Amino acid sequence: MAADHTPGRQGAARIGFALFWIYVLLYFGFIALVLFRPDSLSSRPFGGVNLAISSGLGLIAAALLLSVVYMVACRVVESPESDRR
Amino acid sequence: MLYESSPVAIAIFASFVLAVVGLSFWLGRKGQSAKGYYAAHGEIHWFINGIAFAGDYLSAASFLGICGMIAFHGYDGFLYSIGFLAGWIVALFVIAEPIKALGKFTFADALDAKYQSRGIKLAVAISTLVVSIFYLIPQMVGAGDLIVPLLGLPHAVGVILVGVAVTLIVVTAGMVSTTWVQFIKGSLLVFFCGVLTSMILGRGLTVNTGSLEPQTRTVTSEGRVLVDGEPQTRDHDLRPVGTLAALPERYGDAKSTGPLGPLEYLSVLEDSRIVTWSGKKTTDEAGTHTVYSPSEKRGADLLKPGGYFKGLSTGKLADKLDFASLMLALFCGTASLPHILIRYYTVKDAAAARKSTVVGIAAIGAFYVLTLFLGLGAMTSGALDPTSTNMAAPLLAKSFSETLFAVISAIAFTTVLGTVSGLIMAGSGAVAHDLVENVFGIPMNDHEKVRCGKIAAVGLGIVAMALGILFRSFNVSFLVGWAFNIAASANLPALVMLLFWPRTTKEGIIAAVTVGMLASLGWILLSADTFEKVYGLSRDASPVPFSQPGIVTIPLGFLVLVVVSLLTRPAPMGQRA
Repeated sequence: MAADHTPGRQGAARIGFALFWIYVLLYFGFIALVLFRPDSLSSRPFGGVNLAISSGLGLIAAALLLSVVYMVACRVVESPESDRR
Repeated sequence: MLYESSPVAIAIFASFVLAVVGLSFWLGRKGQSAKGYYAAHGEIHWFINGIAFAGDYLSAASFLGICGMIAFHGYDGFLYSIGFLAGWIVALFVIAEPIKALGKFTFADALDAKYQSRGIKLAVAISTLVVSIFYLIPQMVGAGDLIVPLLGLPHAVGVILVGVAVTLIVVTAGMVSTTWVQFIKGSLLVFFCGVLTSMILGRGLTVNTGSLEPQTRTVTSEGRVLVDGEPQTRDHDLRPVGTLAALPERYGDAKSTGPLGPLEYLSVLEDSRIVTWSGKKTTDEAGTHTVYSPSEKRGADLLKPGGYFKGLSTGKLADKLDFASLMLALFCGTASLPHILIRYYTVKDAAAARKSTVVGIAAIGAFYVLTLFLGLGAMTSGALDPTSTNMAAPLLAKSFSETLFAVISAIAFTTVLGTVSGLIMAGSGAVAHDLVENVFGIPMNDHEKVRCGKIAAVGLGIVAMALGILFRSFNVSFLVGWAFNIAASANLPALVMLLFWPRTTKEGIIAAVTVGMLASLGWILLSADTFEKVYGLSRDASPVPFSQPGIVTIPLGFLVLVVVSLLTRPAPMGQRA
């Protein structure tokens, strides 16, 4: 297997996993709410928009945020300076 | 409903399609080698590839299906948006970079990189074909649905038109033209959906007091169509539906809100009352009658879960499992879709694969936020066709202007072209590269590999057209849910375990792909939805407790892989076959 085992790549993979599990918690936490506490999603804590919509929009925003964090983190850990350290 | 085509609509539509097919011919000269045909020489820029990801992924299900589901059932359609986007997290953090490092042309290359096994290539090629065909069905259904109002032609003509156009695109230049078609389509789709959303917000919400009399559509045993007992004509047809019955009390006697901000729009809609329509079908000797009846609902009820997934409000366990299974399949399915995975081979390295995925997530995420407004805008547009949930977005555009309708329909049609061309590319690679060359061991030079891929693409195009006509009555999002289930069950366990469990054996991979695919496919064919909508039988005759198999068949794939791998030893290096 032509996998990349450099320290930088392994560091990036670890960050990727950490971010992956954060999103898993957010996503399946939301699904659990939909399944078991659907009425709680009718509450309107944010500017008149209910929790069902705001949490859905939040999940979409979180995916983008985490992916940008990952891209930046990969650039840092995979940089030549990082490998020398 | 009967639709009248307009010359402007036809001209705009024809320009879009001809431009896309013309571009493909122009790019055709660049894709003559096998690497050019199947992987665009690995030279696509990561930004172009990222937008092409959006063009590949944002299919008829995303545009037509989700908008239609939100327009007719409320919030539940948005759950598809959330699930479809979440799947990209698996693709980015788990799959993207390793699969780029392992593969060459197809998904089977990556799974087989360590083992050089014909068994793996065979199992994965078949699974690629099955997933691609299941994903093709809703695209073709969506294409047919679009053609009816736009050109005034029968559904089947739309299906054949898209089939021929896509086959031409793929056969002329393979992955190069497919990438550019997807890039153009992805850009146009997000841009024009943004324009449409601004127009929805600019128009605000207006009370519309249309007739609330139920409407009946009858298809007689001789095939004639009656509306409320009289023959259907343009002057005597079903009325368009989907209206706002009342604004919140704070608007007093006002009938219109004027322009609204995005959050304000959602908030006002939640406090309004909305009329939605649903159909109930009965059959007797005279024919099949569908009675469409209105129902006035609180906005707050439409903007919470449970409008489409009834089990969320009734508390029935099987229905809850059905929903959980769908959401799991959407999460796991994206990174298992062969037509998405092959796009990782069109960029030069793992870093480019990662960056293009992030661009894809940004474009796709933006689009899915817009679907919420498009669906809700259609819900209150007074323009919905009660017989077709898939037409909500184009008819919403028609409520603004014929030109916008033509542009949105043409973009929706290129949406189908982009996704179908990706699917046919994945399928033709599976046939030519995996099956013919690697499994059957037929030696081919570069030119023959390309020719074989093109022949396979023509065959798949014909299959796609036939299935698009056969499945025309389904909501396209619903059909795509099935494709995600099969992809996640057949491919994800093998992919994840290959990357992260060193004890994985080739027998484990073959067993996991085969069992995952057959179990999910079998479950779907035995589900209540298939019994009712495909076989025309009673839902109660179905032997499986819910329709979406993923919650059972994805863990089953992992379990089979672990058990079979533990029961078989990895072959020593140098003795693998």
